[in-house]
Amino acid sequence: MANHKRWDHCLIYKLIEPGSSVLDLGCGGGELLARLVKQKQVCGQAVEADPGRVGEAICAGVDVYQKDMDRGLPEFKTGSFDYVVLEKTLQVLYRPMVVMEEMLRIGKSCIVTFPNFNYREVVDTLKSTGRMPVTSSLPYQWYETPNIHLFTLFDFLDWVDEHGVGIVDGYAWSNNRSRPVDLPADSREAEELLFVLRK
Amino acid sequence: MTDPLNAVSEKKKGHDLPDSPRSVGWTRPVRALLADEDNPLPLDCGENLYPVTVEFETYGKLTAAKDNAVFILHALSGDAHAAGWDAEWKKYKRPWRKDRPGWWDEMIGPGKAFDTSRYFVVCANLLGSCYGTTGPWETNPRTGKPYGLDFPVVTVEDWVRLHVRLQDYLGIEKFLAVAGGSLGGQQALAWAVNYPDRIRSAVIMAASARIGAQGLAFNAVGREAILSDPCFDEGQYYQNEPPRCGLELARMLGHITYLSQRSMEGKFGRRFQNGTEPGYRLNNEFCVESYLEHQGRSFVRRFDANSYLYLTRAMDYYDAAGIGGGLEAACSAIKARLLLVSFSSDWLYPPEDTREVAKAMLANKKPVSYIEILSDYGHDAFLLETDKTSPLVASFLGRCG
Repeated sequence: MANHKRWDHCLIYKLIEPGSSVLDLGCGGGELLARLVKQKQVCGQAVEADPGRVGEAICAGVDVYQKDMDRGLPEFKTGSFDYVVLEKTLQVLYRPMVVMEEMLRIGKSCIVTFPNFNYREVVDTLKSTGRMPVTSSLPYQWYETPNIHLFTLFDFLDWVDEHGVGIVDGYAWSNNRSRPVDLPADSREAEELLFVLRK
Repeated sequence: MTDPLNAVSEKKKGHDLPDSPRSVGWTRPVRALLADEDNPLPLDCGENLYPVTVEFETYGKLTAAKDNAVFILHALSGDAHAAGWDAEWKKYKRPWRKDRPGWWDEMIGPGKAFDTSRYFVVCANLLGSCYGTTGPWETNPRTGKPYGLDFPVVTVEDWVRLHVRLQDYLGIEKFLAVAGGSLGGQQALAWAVNYPDRIRSAVIMAASARIGAQGLAFNAVGREAILSDPCFDEGQYYQNEPPRCGLELARMLGHITYLSQRSMEGKFGRRFQNGTEPGYRLNNEFCVESYLEHQGRSFVRRFDANSYLYLTRAMDYYDAAGIGGGLEAACSAIKARLLLVSFSSDWLYPPEDTREVAKAMLANKKPVSYIEILSDYGHDAFLLETDKTSPLVASFLGRCG
């Protein structure tokens, strides 16, 4: 059983076809891609902005390109990867929509995961305490959070709809387990979400 | 009381001594004749050069399959003595090697980034340099005099062409990796572009596809300092006084480009060389002046002015994209895995220039690693930030085998 922190990691690992090409945006220490390269023989490339994490990813054995994605990704050609992965990164970007558009251009399929700000525990904490919620998916105090663009499942679906993006697959992390997304209930029930998109 | 037999020279402190388990120990240069009249070396300038001797060193053991060889590429003022302690410094009159190990000793040795208990490490001196490989200092067999300025203008591609002969001489079909910083990084890129089937990977540090106008300008002034020295004598100074002042000036200028503003502030600031009061004199007053002068003076004792002219010119000419060509097209030939390392305060080969190579690789759908290491050491960081680069290089090499 996947634990909370890694549920999307495990699911992405399952969803990706062996031998495919994968671009991992915001790869952190490169654990996911390293595993995909080693065990599923994918042809992987990672992008990461933080030089410390880039170093870790190189040491983990992945090819990683240091770059601040908010400046776009013109060095990657259109349709050049089978999958582009953006794992819990959208909410920390300055220009999340630039990156979304870029990933949909570069990847034949895109896998995005994010925390849902309308998750009942988040909203209830906010309402009952009157303070910014600190939860397992949003584990930061307001003054130290990297999450500068928090949003909800519906916000995400609106954007997807407005941009003519197709949803191929959707999963939710809810009640400590992962399952196919359930709309509209997951607006409040999903703590985190994973979508497979196609332009 | 210190035991004089065990006393270590102050200068040697901080280095891995020859008996250290992390040192490659005592080293000896080797020379090989790699071009002769029957098999001259074709150069980009159109000339066919012979004879050509190459000085090189090796550390570690080559496997029976000859698949663990790593070729280290030196920069402008470097030599084949990349690691360990030269057992023959007296024989070749290289006293500066007495108290210090090879120039990349912190990276090469048992358990180090270029782990000599796993890899067979080779380093060779460049054509046109002055450390045992044929250069302008050598006697031209056709005139009986040193070549001086009759030495042909050589290029980075010529160096690589010659070193491929060394690779053949050693019976190695593919290097596991070629690696270098600065001008050494440019050679690594030239290997990847021009000899894609002869290497598996390349480590390119503090280097890019070409130097810009600013770099060309600094090299031009350095050469001008040498050429205008009254002792230069059209490059035929070998029987007399060499152009020390000119070479010293060139080196001083070079050193400014190797440091960063911040590292200079940190190292010297505005401190006076002697005391805390101004001496109201024109020479050697501030610490930074004294440092540059020291660097210049020690350089002229170990380097040849003509070699400086030739090597900087090769650095000028190098452009991985070729004349009028594109870098993306040039990189399409690359089969090697690349690790590109830049340093944030390097203004001779700025990170954005190194990134261009990464972008060209990505545009060709080729995997690449590119990292910009935060450092105040400027261009010199590739020699100094070994704590930060070692784990990257070690794990990169580990998966290129």
